[in-house]
Amino acid sequence: MVRARSRFEVPAKIVGYTVLILVTAMMVVPFLWMVTTSLKPSGAVFSYPPQIFPETLDFSNYTRLFTLVPFGRYFVNTIIVTFFTVLGQLIVCSMAAYGFARLNFMGRDIIFIMYLATMMIPFQITLIPLFLIVFGLGWVNTYQGLIIPGISSTFGIFLLRQAFLGVPRDYHDAAKVDGANEFTIFTRIFLPLVGPALATLGVFAFMGTWTDLLWPLLIARDQSLRTLELGLAYFNASTTAFRQTNWPLVMAAAVVVMLPVLIVYIFAQRYFIAGIALSGVKG
Amino acid sequence: MQQQAALGLRRPVLKMNLWQRFWSRSNERVGYLFILPSFLHLLAFVFIPLVFSFYLSFTDWHGPNLQSANFIGLDNYDFLMGDRRFWNAMGNSAKYTLMAVPLGMAISLLIALVMNQRLRGVYIFRTLFFMPVISSWVAVSVIWITLLDPNVGIVNYVLSQLGLPGVNWLGDTATALPSLVLITIWKGAGFQMVIWLAGLQAIPQELYEAAAIDGANRWQNFWRITLPLLRPTTFFLAVTGVIGSFQVFSPVYVITRGGPLDSTDVAVYRIYLRAFQEFDMGYAASQAWVLFAVIFVLTVLQVWYTRRRGEETLF
Repeated sequence: MVRARSRFEVPAKIVGYTVLILVTAMMVVPFLWMVTTSLKPSGAVFSYPPQIFPETLDFSNYTRLFTLVPFGRYFVNTIIVTFFTVLGQLIVCSMAAYGFARLNFMGRDIIFIMYLATMMIPFQITLIPLFLIVFGLGWVNTYQGLIIPGISSTFGIFLLRQAFLGVPRDYHDAAKVDGANEFTIFTRIFLPLVGPALATLGVFAFMGTWTDLLWPLLIARDQSLRTLELGLAYFNASTTAFRQTNWPLVMAAAVVVMLPVLIVYIFAQRYFIAGIALSGVKG
Repeated sequence: MQQQAALGLRRPVLKMNLWQRFWSRSNERVGYLFILPSFLHLLAFVFIPLVFSFYLSFTDWHGPNLQSANFIGLDNYDFLMGDRRFWNAMGNSAKYTLMAVPLGMAISLLIALVMNQRLRGVYIFRTLFFMPVISSWVAVSVIWITLLDPNVGIVNYVLSQLGLPGVNWLGDTATALPSLVLITIWKGAGFQMVIWLAGLQAIPQELYEAAAIDGANRWQNFWRITLPLLRPTTFFLAVTGVIGSFQVFSPVYVITRGGPLDSTDVAVYRIYLRAFQEFDMGYAASQAWVLFAVIFVLTVLQVWYTRRRGEETLF
């Protein structure tokens, strides 16, 4: 048996690597295409057969991009919106999660189940009235309109609650004996202990906010308030309107939109993948 | 709870004002303060909109102020039943889901199985496979518009090199929706793969060792051990996949705008057009509730099916 298995091993590995390399090519070539196209001369009609690697590298698309469309402004907007949304989610979700995980109060579990039930409600149902509420508050075309509806997430509360439940009860009791109040216990003892879970939520919130399209589409009516994702969608639509898309320029815009996300991903992928695996295994 | 109350009574009564008592360490009512911000958020941005949306679906409201909303009973739902454009969009959502969910799950499982073989460099592959997942939908859409270009796109070029005829991917009513499915699978495979991989790694190795002693081959291992033990993962991916697919919006908005000839017009895109382009808010709200009802029924059916087979579900 053992011999038969080891004879299998080598071909299986070859097949395995072949599959992986093929899949990698399919996953990576589109990105490579995006980057190299952005370095082709602006307005260039595509050559046929398609050239993945251009003969000369031309960075002028990037400078043109920032003069043609206020992508710098979009960038700042996206950073503002993302920063405050992530910060808000970390504060609001961690507080709620701590309450649900570690404090006994009347109706706690019923309230928590109510929270969980909201995870099933599709965004589209609440989208129209949500917009009307934000409109009624006078927040259309404002940063708070883009930020406030996103500063809490049931998923985040659920994720952090699981993390707080993993901290031994003794920590809580010991701190109480020492006379710490709940708020001190929360900020000084529990928050530092769930650092990885906070990082996971932070990365999730960052990615979700940075790449959100539908909500900014409804709220950011003025060009000066557009986020990168929305700006790219409009930019693409405006260039294709006359059937003369300037692809190198559009690709340069796509690179600008994606680069920050890729950088964060590369440095934080541990937390990201851990969070996904967690949400998958625990439901 | 009663015990705690009794204990609390025995404690000496200290001279504290209400605020101090509320904050005092032994009083866990402080929990209400901890959940208050999230509760207010949920109230304002989920519960109230939910009730509001339900009410709107029985009105003919076109905006801008609520005084102009007339209660029209079930008229919206009545009209919706015969609204061919809406049902076309729902049908497209269903087709999209039927293609994207099983195919995406199968492909990502295949990759996960390969990656689970303890090959060297798996982490590098995982990092690369994950790039589409974290990318923005708009950027991905823009890339794929050029890749699928019928004249100068890479995909048709590769086909021509293989001696196959080119396809007008996004311009043909027959291929536009499947093209969106392909892009979706490309973008989502890495995500599903990570979840499959977590499921695979939770299977005890002893089972395979025992099976090897019994003389089982790889094929039998897969069907008799791996797949049955992956049921919770399968269930999770199927349920979240169906929910997510019925809610698809961004690729349709950026790539096809519902065209050609409404062949990629999906439910959420239709609701978006109705509500925010035609400002028919009341009717759009009723469409959203019908979409929710369909998603809810499909989810319940999946739970019921899994339960019936005697499997433990995650819910």
